[in-house]
Amino acid sequence: MANPQQHSAKASQPAGADFIQIIDVVKKFGDSTAVDTVNLTIRKNELFALLGSSGCGKSTLLRILAGLETATSGKILIDGEDLAKLPPYHRPVNMMFQSYALFPHMSVEANVAFGLKQEGAPKNEIEDRVAAVLDLVQMKKYAKRKPHQLSGGQQQRVALARSLVKRPKLLLLDEPMSALDKKIRQQTQLELVNILEKVDVTCVMVTHDQEEAMTMANRLAVMSEGKIIQVGTPHEVYEYPNSRFSAEFIGSTNMFDGNVVEDEPDHIFVETPELENRMYISHGVTGPLGMPVAVSVRPERVNISHQAPDTKHNFARGVVCDFAYMGSYTLYHVKLASGKIVVANVSSLMLTKMDAAPAYGDEVYVSWSASSGVVLPK
Amino acid sequence: MNALLKRFLPKGRTAVIAVPFAWLFVFFMLPFLLVIKISFADLLIGIPPYTKLIEFKDGVVHLTANVGHYLFLLQDDLYVSSYLSSVKIAAITTLVCLLIGYPIAYYIARSNPSSRNVLMMAVMLPFWTSLLLRTYAMIGIVKNEGLLNNALIAIGIIQEPLQIYHTTWGVYLGMVYNYLPFLIMPLYAHLVKMDLTLLEAAYDLGAKPWKAFVKVTLPLSKNGIIAGCLLVFIPAVGEFVIPELLGGSDTLMIGHVMWDEFFNNMDWPMASAVTCAMVLLLLVPMAWFQYVQVQELEGKS
Amino acid sequence: MIKTNKPLQWSVLSIGMLFLYIPIISLVFYSFNESKLVTTWSGFSVKWYGELLKDDELIQAAWISLKLGLFTAFASVVIGTWAGFVLARFGRFKGFTLFAGMINAPLVIPEVIQGISLVLLFVTMLDIWGWPERGMLTMWIGHVMLCVSYVAIIVQSRVKELNKSYEEAALDLGATPLKVFFVITLPLISQALISGWLLSFTLSVDDVVLSAFLNGPGSTTLPLVVFSRVRLGLNPEMNALATIFITVVTVGVVVANALMQRAERRRMKEMQMAFQS
Repeated sequence: MANPQQHSAKASQPAGADFIQIIDVVKKFGDSTAVDTVNLTIRKNELFALLGSSGCGKSTLLRILAGLETATSGKILIDGEDLAKLPPYHRPVNMMFQSYALFPHMSVEANVAFGLKQEGAPKNEIEDRVAAVLDLVQMKKYAKRKPHQLSGGQQQRVALARSLVKRPKLLLLDEPMSALDKKIRQQTQLELVNILEKVDVTCVMVTHDQEEAMTMANRLAVMSEGKIIQVGTPHEVYEYPNSRFSAEFIGSTNMFDGNVVEDEPDHIFVETPELENRMYISHGVTGPLGMPVAVSVRPERVNISHQAPDTKHNFARGVVCDFAYMGSYTLYHVKLASGKIVVANVSSLMLTKMDAAPAYGDEVYVSWSASSGVVLPK
Repeated sequence: MNALLKRFLPKGRTAVIAVPFAWLFVFFMLPFLLVIKISFADLLIGIPPYTKLIEFKDGVVHLTANVGHYLFLLQDDLYVSSYLSSVKIAAITTLVCLLIGYPIAYYIARSNPSSRNVLMMAVMLPFWTSLLLRTYAMIGIVKNEGLLNNALIAIGIIQEPLQIYHTTWGVYLGMVYNYLPFLIMPLYAHLVKMDLTLLEAAYDLGAKPWKAFVKVTLPLSKNGIIAGCLLVFIPAVGEFVIPELLGGSDTLMIGHVMWDEFFNNMDWPMASAVTCAMVLLLLVPMAWFQYVQVQELEGKS
Repeated sequence: MIKTNKPLQWSVLSIGMLFLYIPIISLVFYSFNESKLVTTWSGFSVKWYGELLKDDELIQAAWISLKLGLFTAFASVVIGTWAGFVLARFGRFKGFTLFAGMINAPLVIPEVIQGISLVLLFVTMLDIWGWPERGMLTMWIGHVMLCVSYVAIIVQSRVKELNKSYEEAALDLGATPLKVFFVITLPLISQALISGWLLSFTLSVDDVVLSAFLNGPGSTTLPLVVFSRVRLGLNPEMNALATIFITVVTVGVVVANALMQRAERRRMKEMQMAFQS
């Protein structure tokens, strides 16, 4: 089982050198643009995730990196070398396919050895390297089996071994967890990251599952409609989204639409029809007074109480109109006078500290701190 | 793969397409073009037994196109009647095959998977045995002293044997017998792929079995029906062996006419003209068939 | 669950099978008839099988058909697979419609048309280059033309079903497109290739019309001999021949089917085991 400490330790290491550069890449299919002028830099040995819903262009971008699609324009530099002219079988890139694509007529061994045979490596070397990588993924005793004799998880490990054995400069993972049962996903995520760290490989993965991206990646890029919306570490993207899209795509949030009514270097006030009181955010913004903005407040930052809080801003009065008990936390839906519904994520620990847990129909107050709101362009 | 080859190995890609293309062109297209050319030539005694279309004589290019054959085709009763008769026989054969074949294909498709396999194998088996032998088997059935007549007389339905052998009735029987698997196969392929939940939905909404069949199953199997019918009709028009063995002197089929022109009259230009006319006749159903095939192809990807 | 009308299903299938098989069974039955008048039973005898063995013309023709069938099958599989692969994987290239048309047409065009057109081609070639004479070579080409279409359609269908990821994975791992075709694609469509081979062989051995147009002296095939004989009416020797033929084909089809079923069952079981492990 992976040690969570190990993973976060890596994330806090100084970033490696810039290794892969995606420069102004565009991909058009007829009239539609799948990838719209994407620029990305990926660092050596990092695990970089492309996150987005289906159709956002992430898979196309991945395939362009693999060489299975050719970009309409743009450059791809790996370790300084421009790959655009190279067909996939000449690139130092290997991919783990979503369906694993293990050759059904070959054994596990033969599958893994395939890439090495194409290189023309000597027989002993192939045997050794295949054995080593199968050992790494703990599939050594299944070496002689055929793919259809393996379970989904086992197939995934063989697919990983096959894509690692050639020691590629770049490893691509296409929705690595999508074919697995939900229950074993979490464990597999951590195991996968462990293996990748042992091997010291630069990795780009594609997923639509934001939890997966947050768990596994050092850095991620949120994509929509062929464009990169935001790039950063999971922490950065979650706490400081740069747009409405990012804020709403990762996790969930309460969004308030309003206007900046007071703008100072160290704080601003936002007036919104959805709240009776003004919102106070403890930092300044750039832009004219009166500028329309959206303020994002994460549910876990919202406090709930029966008594009115002791502040003049960042709170509202409402009625509990729904709640969902999730075990370790409860999600409260509070309907305000303006009709807006605010979601509060209250941990069970917090609830035990209250006199009485809020019940359906109770009148409650929701509030949040000055630093909880994130101001986003409208 | 295709995009890759286009980008990185354009020459290789062209070569890969070109080889089978060339083979097909030389041995399929070219012969056709020749047929068209020769249909305009004149009968000659010699080798080859027809005149040249384009000749370089005395420094001048002569183009001798004889449309006489085509005119003859249209005027002479034999050809027109044979065409019409062939189309009629093929059409009726197709219809009967459909009426018999659809229920068979349907019930095989609705059987449980293990039976399905055995049943389809049983339907396919005659297909693998030679058409010649199966038609020969039919002779034994339809002859005056054959199985059918013997059985009917034994039961007492008739007193005198029915004259089926060497008549057009025999041809019908032989055609349906031989072409039935050709209709069942594509039809079955479509029926077995049909989404049964659609039928279940129809029942759930209150449709009775027959109604559900007409409103749901039948329209959905439309493509299978079309494919099967074309697969029977088009070759049936030009069928030669079956009418030759089972038909009579009054059975007119264009395949026989063509054979006659070629082998007995040695009139190759005439035979070519008949061929061209026949191809023209079949062009529309053939284009339709091509369309259906390409649809299938696209549908799969 | 959809319930079918069981009695109706039963009767339709029974009648259908009877219709398909009574002629064939009668063929076999009468091959053991002592009488020369095939359909009038006069006693059990295997003498017609003996007659077959003494029939030189027939045996000679059988050899020719066998050889021709083998050559045709191999050539058709090669060309047909090539064509089928192009149709399936190369998208809509320039000339696709013509290409697809040339493949689909022989499936339905009456053989007399194909026969005439090929004869004219060969005669013209003979006129210009003094080659080829009508005979084995011309028949072989004609048969291949007929069979290539069938193989191409089978292969095309199978290749389309094949998951592109296998080919892409192979490319990604360093194999050139040519290597991918031979090492990955071909093994995975092997069943289609075998079906294509068997189909081509059968079509070639059974062919009458095309062979009639294209054969020459010394290359008379079995069907041609049979055809000329049965034109005149019933012939007990032909019943014997038919029975042998039918037996071989039946055994072949049943065995092939059983092998496929067994392989499929074994595969299913292995997958089940993997799932539980």
